[in-house]
Amino acid sequence: MDNLFNRKYIVQGLFIIAALILLGTLFYIQVASDKYFISAESNVLRKIYTYPARGVIFDRNEKPLAQNEAVYDLMVIPNQVKSFDTASLCRIIDIDMKRFKRNFNKAASQSRYQPSIFERQLSVQIYATLSEQLSRFPGFFVQSRTIRHYPDSVAAHFLGNIKEVSPTDIKKSEGYYRPGDYIGKSGVERSYEVSLRGERGIVNMMYDALNVPKGSYAEGRFDTAAVAGDQLISSLDLNLQKLGEELMRNKVGSIVAIEPATGEILSFVSSPGYDPNLMVGRNQGNNYMDLLKNPNRVFNIRPIQGYYSPGSAFKPLDALLGLQEGVIDPNTTFNCPGYFRVGNHTVKCEHVDGVIALRKGLARSCNTYACYVFQKLLTQRKYGNQHKAFDAWHKMVSKFGLGQKLDIDLPFERSGRLYDAAYYSGKYSKYWNYGTVISLAIGQGEMDATPLQIANIMAIIANRGYYIKPHLVKAIGKNKVIKKEYVKKNYVDIDARHFEPVIDGMQDAVNAPWGTAILSRIDGIIMCGKTGTVQNPRGKDHSVFIGFAPRDNPKIAIAVIVENAGYGSTYAAPIASYIAERYLKGALPKNKLAQIEWMKKQVILPAPPKPKVKPKPAGKDSAATAVPLAGTAAKINGADKSNVTNKLTSNGNPSTSKPTSTK
Amino acid sequence: MINQQSSNRFFFNVDWVTILIYVALCTIGLINIYASIYNADESIAFNFSTNYGKQLIFILTGLILGFSILLLDGKFFSIFSPVIYGVTMLLLVVVLIVGRNVGGNQAWISLGSFRLQPSELAKFGTALLMARYISSFNAKLNTLRPILVAAAIVLLPMGLIMLQPDAGSMLVFLSFMFPLYREGLPGYLLIIFWGMVLLFILNLYLPQWVLITLILGLGALFIFVNKKKQQKMMMIGIITIAAIGYLFIANILFENVLQQHQRTRIELLLGLKTDPKGAGYNVNQSKIAIGSGQLTGRGFLEGTQTKYGYVPEQSTDFIFSTIGEEWGFVGCFVVIALFMFLLLRVINLAERQRSTFSRVYGYCVACIIFFHVFINVGMTIGIIPVIGIPLPFISYGGSSLWSFTVLLFIFLKLDSNRMGFI
Repeated sequence: MDNLFNRKYIVQGLFIIAALILLGTLFYIQVASDKYFISAESNVLRKIYTYPARGVIFDRNEKPLAQNEAVYDLMVIPNQVKSFDTASLCRIIDIDMKRFKRNFNKAASQSRYQPSIFERQLSVQIYATLSEQLSRFPGFFVQSRTIRHYPDSVAAHFLGNIKEVSPTDIKKSEGYYRPGDYIGKSGVERSYEVSLRGERGIVNMMYDALNVPKGSYAEGRFDTAAVAGDQLISSLDLNLQKLGEELMRNKVGSIVAIEPATGEILSFVSSPGYDPNLMVGRNQGNNYMDLLKNPNRVFNIRPIQGYYSPGSAFKPLDALLGLQEGVIDPNTTFNCPGYFRVGNHTVKCEHVDGVIALRKGLARSCNTYACYVFQKLLTQRKYGNQHKAFDAWHKMVSKFGLGQKLDIDLPFERSGRLYDAAYYSGKYSKYWNYGTVISLAIGQGEMDATPLQIANIMAIIANRGYYIKPHLVKAIGKNKVIKKEYVKKNYVDIDARHFEPVIDGMQDAVNAPWGTAILSRIDGIIMCGKTGTVQNPRGKDHSVFIGFAPRDNPKIAIAVIVENAGYGSTYAAPIASYIAERYLKGALPKNKLAQIEWMKKQVILPAPPKPKVKPKPAGKDSAATAVPLAGTAAKINGADKSNVTNKLTSNGNPSTSKPTSTK
Repeated sequence: MINQQSSNRFFFNVDWVTILIYVALCTIGLINIYASIYNADESIAFNFSTNYGKQLIFILTGLILGFSILLLDGKFFSIFSPVIYGVTMLLLVVVLIVGRNVGGNQAWISLGSFRLQPSELAKFGTALLMARYISSFNAKLNTLRPILVAAAIVLLPMGLIMLQPDAGSMLVFLSFMFPLYREGLPGYLLIIFWGMVLLFILNLYLPQWVLITLILGLGALFIFVNKKKQQKMMMIGIITIAAIGYLFIANILFENVLQQHQRTRIELLLGLKTDPKGAGYNVNQSKIAIGSGQLTGRGFLEGTQTKYGYVPEQSTDFIFSTIGEEWGFVGCFVVIALFMFLLLRVINLAERQRSTFSRVYGYCVACIIFFHVFINVGMTIGIIPVIGIPLPFISYGGSSLWSFTVLLFIFLKLDSNRMGFI
């Protein structure tokens, strides 16, 4: 029996070993590892984000361009929904049963216990009706949110729009954005996203196993409040912007006006434009699709994306470079027989001006004069050969901002085109000379500039030799912070004294009887300018005007381009003069009101291009595509911002100028 | 049968330390059941319809039951043990016919609002008969016939419970192995048994051919070592072949006899599957709750996992997770220490009995409680598959509490009588 009695110790030993195994494991998961503690926190804790209002965007006189408006999302917690009068809910929020079912199933599939959005962005009116009767619909509640509202419906291209973040945005932000967040997708909303978005608030909530909220964590000690986004003060002048958009209505083109001393952009018109309010709210998607149908590409931001030959607008640069290099002086004359011929290239001139010097050459926009200067520049002995001379020329022209992005504070800017000698050597081997590229002398050929670049050249001339980076936002936040880069002067290395003769010529172009833009003279103010008629390989010439005013201490530099409108003096120059006069005098002279109204009514739209990608079969379809074209054209910058299709029926007149829309 | 005069003396002889531990464990259970069902949103007026209120009634009635047992004559259990065993076996049959099916197991008999779980009663029924049988012959338990009889006493309830089927309760009956071992069951039988369990588990981990190669290799090695001793070589050969044969049987057992959810649980435990949202959810959440308690716990009613219902079945089988979260490692240590103190004390008390009946019964009590504690706590911390058996004295439930009370108090009665059996 003794031997069996010892088995007691074996049994007891077994118990103790088992207890030690349990305690060892417990020690590991409770004390040694904090993995389970963290899992417990993530089980229970959810961060609930509260969203701040985006920063308001003002014009330069602090009138709001973009504000926030409350909208109401109808939320639903599916498992709390009891039977109710669905038809009446549908009626109140104006949806049909099909949509109701779809929304409900979508919400239920996301979570049965957590609120999801049932219907987005209800208006204040719908909200008012709904909130009275909300108690009839258990499980539903309303959450307010802010969306953009644009009181004057202007500057859509500048403002851009906001959209829900995409998976790529979330990835790029390294986790800052979460699904359902909003982000600036274009325009200033995009480039100043970080300032505008503000800071999200965080509420740490505890949830039980069924996802039912159970109150805040640690009495809210770790919660933060939402901080509203910074306001932006834009450089735009609301009145000028409005006038510009009205003048450009039913035309295709751009207006860029810059305050030369500061680089602030006063007016930034891209036409066709659209009402920015269309890109907000429940019909955003449909409106966007409608706008996309416009053949003149509404979403093109022409001032920074449109490529135009600078044309005659380039001629002041010829003169400036010639003076700086000393190949001409203000009194150097050339004979203009109506053309300039080099080898087998002939550059024609609109006039036969005979012997002509700088001042008149610029005022009359003489091609021959420009070609001679160009010839002289490229055949300078000091460079040894023309290719080297061309590179020197290229370098000087580049200083004016051509062929490169000006780094404006908007996304999607394009650089334009300007090539160096290596490019031509690659193209023509060594067999090329000034004659090969003579078109560049008159701003044609292989050279493209955006309207912004062209306006910036005017600012340089107005400043007599420097520019400040053109920008659209002059101050950020309550403290009105100005970015450092926006006070720095960028010199173009042309002596200030060389500008006066050029400016003389530009003054004559507008003010002398023989000037090309004499009809756009402004009473009491000396505007200097230059018309341009830019050849367009795809259709009628573009009408261009560049200029600045007043001559001394200039306040505005401007570039206007109206596509397919012919001579610069007919459309672009008057539009520029109205803008300048409105800005400088603060009001429009009464005697010009009629002209201005006439200008606003002009419809200059290119014939819609034949569909390149998918030629649709004739018949019903072609008629159907023609109608929305007319519709969108009519709606551009329209006063009525309610609905695209309504506009089409109520106001079909602008489309009469287009043969296709008469169907 | 009740002798007022002698009962006073017996009361004096009762081991009050054990009763104290019993009361402590029941109180810990009550507190943690309260915490498990506590809901901050609802005002907590005391209510007898809650699990907490019911458990209090169970404890009080359990105490009455326990002290009634102390008043009975000590010989009662020895004499009536076949009857008690017979009744509990009958109940196990009855439950198969009229039982209520709860969670896939036909384990409950409903009597009005009260539900009885016969498998709980079968434990002390079996323990009593086992004690009676072994005490009936005063010799070592190392001959075939008594081993078979003892095995039959245990296998009958196991078989009946397996028909419910309730694998967890069935496995508890394996604990009878240890009292039998104490009474002389050869140790190699235990080694063979646990060797088979080990092989069964290895069989799930390793491809069969690897395992067979391994066994053959080991067999060859041992034969080589003992090449001079023919008898040993024979033995080793037989064992090797038996092991391989067993492997095939084990495979068939696993695939065909075990139910899908049991297979899944075993596979999850062995890390052959990961499934934190499915069958592994309970264990995962239980581990999280226990682990988040850290050293000193979050405090009474402060456990977020407990309060917000992350651990299923928390007042019954997973009550230990409440203790782990709200009282931390310190709380767990105290509970396990209390159990160990109880178990070691019961073994010591058993060893001081003069009657074999009392000793065997004492061992049965200790081993049954041990199995419950080890399996239950082991499953809440994920080292044992989820086997739905309660934590003695602590888990919510009348049947369980009463049967453990009866189990323990019968032993206390026998112990207090130990002098009378000289």
